[in-house]
Amino acid sequence: MKPIRNSIETSPVELKKEDFVSDQTVKWCPGCGSHIILSAVENAFPRIGYRKENFVIVSGIGCSSRFPYYVNTYGFHGIHGRAHAIATGVKLANPGLSVWVSTGDGDSLAIGGNHFIHVIRRNVDVNIILFNNQIYGLTKGQFSPTTPRGTVTKTSPDGTIEDSFNVGQLVLGAQGTFFARVIDNMPQLLSEVLYLAAKHDGTSMVEVLQNCVIFNDKAYEHLTNKETRDDNILILTPDEPMIFGKNRDKGIAWKEGKLVVVELGKDASLQDILVHRPYEDNFYLHTMLCQMMPPQYPLPVGVIRMVKKPTFDDLMVEQINRAKETSNIRCVDDLLNSGSVFEIN
Amino acid sequence: MVNEKESVVIKFAGDSGDGMQLIGNIFSDNSAIFGNDLATFPDYPAEIRAPRNTVAGVSGFQVHIGKKRIYTFGDFCDILIAMNPASLKANLKWAKKGATIILDEDAFTAEACQKAGYSSNPLNDGTLGAFHVIKAPITSLTRKTLEKFQLAPKVADRSKNMFALGIIYYLLNRKLDLTFAYFEKKFGKDSLATETNKIVLEAGYNFAENIEAVESKIHVPPAKLEKGKYRNITGNIATAWGLLAAAEKAGLQLFLGSYPITPASDILIELAKHKSLGVKVFQAEDEIAAITSALGASFAGALGVTTTSGPGLSLKTEALGLAVMTELPLVIVDVQRAGPSTGMPTKAEQSDLYHALFGRTGEAPIPVIAASSPSNCFYYAFNAAKIALEHMTPVILLTDGFLGNGSQLFRIPRMADMPAIHPPFAKPGEEYKPYRRNPDTLVRYWAIPGTEGMRHRIGGLEKEDVSGIVTTDPLNHQKMVELRKNKVLKIADDLPSQTVTGNHQGDLLVVSWGSTEGVIHAAIEELLQEGYPVAHTNFNYLFPLPANTADIFSHYRKILVCELNSGQFANYLRMCFPQFTYLQYNKIQGLPFTQVEIKEAILKYL
Repeated sequence: MKPIRNSIETSPVELKKEDFVSDQTVKWCPGCGSHIILSAVENAFPRIGYRKENFVIVSGIGCSSRFPYYVNTYGFHGIHGRAHAIATGVKLANPGLSVWVSTGDGDSLAIGGNHFIHVIRRNVDVNIILFNNQIYGLTKGQFSPTTPRGTVTKTSPDGTIEDSFNVGQLVLGAQGTFFARVIDNMPQLLSEVLYLAAKHDGTSMVEVLQNCVIFNDKAYEHLTNKETRDDNILILTPDEPMIFGKNRDKGIAWKEGKLVVVELGKDASLQDILVHRPYEDNFYLHTMLCQMMPPQYPLPVGVIRMVKKPTFDDLMVEQINRAKETSNIRCVDDLLNSGSVFEIN
Repeated sequence: MVNEKESVVIKFAGDSGDGMQLIGNIFSDNSAIFGNDLATFPDYPAEIRAPRNTVAGVSGFQVHIGKKRIYTFGDFCDILIAMNPASLKANLKWAKKGATIILDEDAFTAEACQKAGYSSNPLNDGTLGAFHVIKAPITSLTRKTLEKFQLAPKVADRSKNMFALGIIYYLLNRKLDLTFAYFEKKFGKDSLATETNKIVLEAGYNFAENIEAVESKIHVPPAKLEKGKYRNITGNIATAWGLLAAAEKAGLQLFLGSYPITPASDILIELAKHKSLGVKVFQAEDEIAAITSALGASFAGALGVTTTSGPGLSLKTEALGLAVMTELPLVIVDVQRAGPSTGMPTKAEQSDLYHALFGRTGEAPIPVIAASSPSNCFYYAFNAAKIALEHMTPVILLTDGFLGNGSQLFRIPRMADMPAIHPPFAKPGEEYKPYRRNPDTLVRYWAIPGTEGMRHRIGGLEKEDVSGIVTTDPLNHQKMVELRKNKVLKIADDLPSQTVTGNHQGDLLVVSWGSTEGVIHAAIEELLQEGYPVAHTNFNYLFPLPANTADIFSHYRKILVCELNSGQFANYLRMCFPQFTYLQYNKIQGLPFTQVEIKEAILKYL
C-alpha cells in the first residue's frame, strides 16, 4: 500500500513497525484482544506513511484507553468519555496531525455518548478505534451499553433488562461517513481497515469486536470458532458480491423489501447477490448491513460505509481563510481601533 | 437655559421588545464620543419576550455619564424613561427624589396599569407627586410622525424608542447628527429604516422643545481624561479582546471551546466574529466538550480557552483536574451569575469563588484572577492567558454579569505596549522529558505534537517526576502534589504588589474583590473627602494572593470585607491569614451594592 497523500506531511524515510513500538510494558491481560489491535496499529502506521511525529493518539478511560502509552507517538490519556472532545480540539488546533482515538464500549457509548455522536455528526477528521468487548473490564466486570439483553454480570446478577446499542446504527444515525467493523482475530483485515480509516477524510469509526478473556470470555465465540465462523461472518469487499459461508455458497440478496440470505444455485444466482458499494451514499442499505447479525444473518465485517462529505476541520480553515482575505481587521491593533473610537488630545 | 451637572444617571425602561437596550447603547456611544466618562448596565429579563406589560417583562438599561471619573453605573437615576406602567412600577424605587420621569402617556391604559399591579393610574393618583413628570404621548406621536410612510401600526411602533431617545437628546442638550450617521451606517444611507428612525428621533427632540419639557436643559461637560484614544466597551467584549491580544502577543493561535450560557455567551459570539485574526471558535455539544476540546487544543500548541458561567463551571470540574495533572495552559472564564444551580441567570453575584478556589477533587491548585471593571476585563483576560502560558497551568478568570454586560470607557492600548508572553517551549535537540521542570519556576516544558524528537504521552494518571512514566509510587505522588502546588504558589513572584487607596494605616481597611471595586472606590472617595480615616484595597489576584497582603492587613485595626455572597472571600482570608479578624458586609440579592449601602456599612465601624 502506498503512503497516503493529503495535507498531513509524509515521512521522508520509510518507517517500520519498530518506529512505533513504545518502551512501556504492555499491561493488558495475556490473551486479551487488545494486543492484536496494538499490533495492527503498529503495522498500519508505517504504511499510512505520515511522519511519525504527526500521529497523536487520544484516549479516555478503560482498558482500551491505556493504548496511547503503548504506541510511540504523541499521546493524551484523557478522562472517561471525553476522548472525542479532546481529539476534536487537537485536530481543529492543528489539522496537520493524524489524530486517533482509542476507546471502548463504556467510554464511548455510555459516559461519552454525547461526544461520540457529535464528533461523528460534525465529521471531524479523526480516526476512532472502538474496542467493543461488551463489558467493563478495568472496573472488573459490569455490563456495558453493548452487553446483550439478559446477560449475567456482576451488576446484573439476574441478567440485564435493557437492550444494547448497535454501534453501526448509532454511527449512521449520527450522519457517520465511515464505519467499519472487524473482529480481533483478523489482524490483516484490521490493519487494512485502519489504513482506509486514515485515508478517509472525516470521522472514521472502526469497531473492533474484542474478546475480554477475564470478564466476558467467548462473547464472540460464534464469530471466531473455526466451525461456525464462516457461516456467521460476511467479509465485505468493495465492488464484490456479498458472498459468505464455508463453501462460499451463500449470499445476501434483496427480496420483497428486505435483505435475505440466499443459497447460490438453489434459490438464487450470482446476479441476485448484492454488490457492496461502501462509497455510494446508500444510507438505508448501509444501515441494514449494520443491523444484520446471527443467527438470521451473517455479521458483516470490513468497511460498511465510506462516503464523502466536507470535514469540519477543513470548513473551519476555509472560513478563517475567507475572513482573512476580506476583513480589514488583520491584527489586534486594527480590532481595538475599529468602530466608534474617539480621541482626547 | 442650560444647567451644568457633574454627572447624570439615566435609566431606559420598557417592555422587553421595546428596544431599550438599543437606545441605551446609542446614547452611551454618543456620550463617549462627546467625551463623558461613563458606565452602563443592562438589566434585562431572562425571557426573550415575557408577557407584555408585566413587571417580569421589563427590560432596562442604565447609564451613568460624567464630567468626573465614573466608577459605577449609579445607584439611583436622575432621569427615568418608562415606556409602560410595568416599567414605571419596576423602576420608580430606583429614581432619585425629584427625578425627571418621561412616560409614554398612551401606554398608561387602565388595563396596562392593572397588569403592572397598579390599582389606579399612577399618572393621576399622586404616585408621582415627588417627581418632575413629562407625559408624552409617544405611541400616537410616533405613528403620526410616520403617517406618510403608511406603515402598519405595529411596524411604526417599533420606532417609539427613538422618540424617547429624541426627548433625552433634548434634555441633555445633545446634537442629533452623530446618531443620524449611525443610522446611515447601520441601515444604509437611503433605506427606509434610516429615514424613519431619523424623523422619529427628531420628532422626539422637537416635541420636548415645543412643550418646554424642562426649565433648563442639562449639560454634562466632557470629562478630563488622559490623552489617548477611547471607546465604550462591555466586559464580555473586553474579555474576548484581551484573549485575542494575548494569543497575538504569544504568537499562538487562540482556540475557544464554549457552550452558550447566560451571561457568558457574548464572549463566544464576539470571538466568532473575528476569524480574520485566526481564532478558532468551536461551539461544543456541552460544557464538558467545551473545556476538553480547549485542553486538546492546548496540547496541540494553541492557547486553549473556555468560557462559561456557574452551572457550566460545575460541569467542567472534572476537566479542571485533568488540566492540573497534564500541566497544560488553559484559561477558564467564569462570568458569574446568581446561583446555585440555574439560580438567577440574568442577575449577578460573586458566589462562585469557593468553586474557583477549591471546587475540585484531589489536590488541584489553580490560579484564580478576578477582573474588576468592564474595561479591565481586557487586561485581566490578557494576564490570565499570560500566566497560563508562562506557568503551564489552567487559570480561572472570574468576572460576573455586572462586568460582562456593563460597559465603560476603555482607553485603547497599543499592542506594542502590552507585555511580552514567553511560553516555555521545549528546546529542539535536547532530550525531552514531559515532566522535567525549570528549577526556578517549577514549570514543565511544552512540546508541541508534530515536533521531531519529542514524542511523549501525558494524561490524568499520576506520573513519575521528570520522566512522565505512569506510576503509583507513594513518595513520587507526594512529590508531584507538592511540585504542582509550589509551581502555582511561585506565580506570586510575578504579581504586582497589592495597593491601597486612602490612609496607609489606621482604623479601617475595606477589602473587596472583583466587580465591587467601582462602587466601593466611589464610596471611599466620598468618605475621604468628608474627612473619614478609611482605606480600601481591591483584590484582582485571588490565588495566589499578592505577597504583601498580610503586610497591608497588619496596618489596620479593623478589616471589613464587602462582597456579593455570604462571605466566601472573608473565609478564604481567615484561612490564609488567621492572625487577623475580619468583619463582613454581604449582599445576596442578585443586585450590586449601592454606594449608599457601602457608606452606611463603613460608617457603622468607624
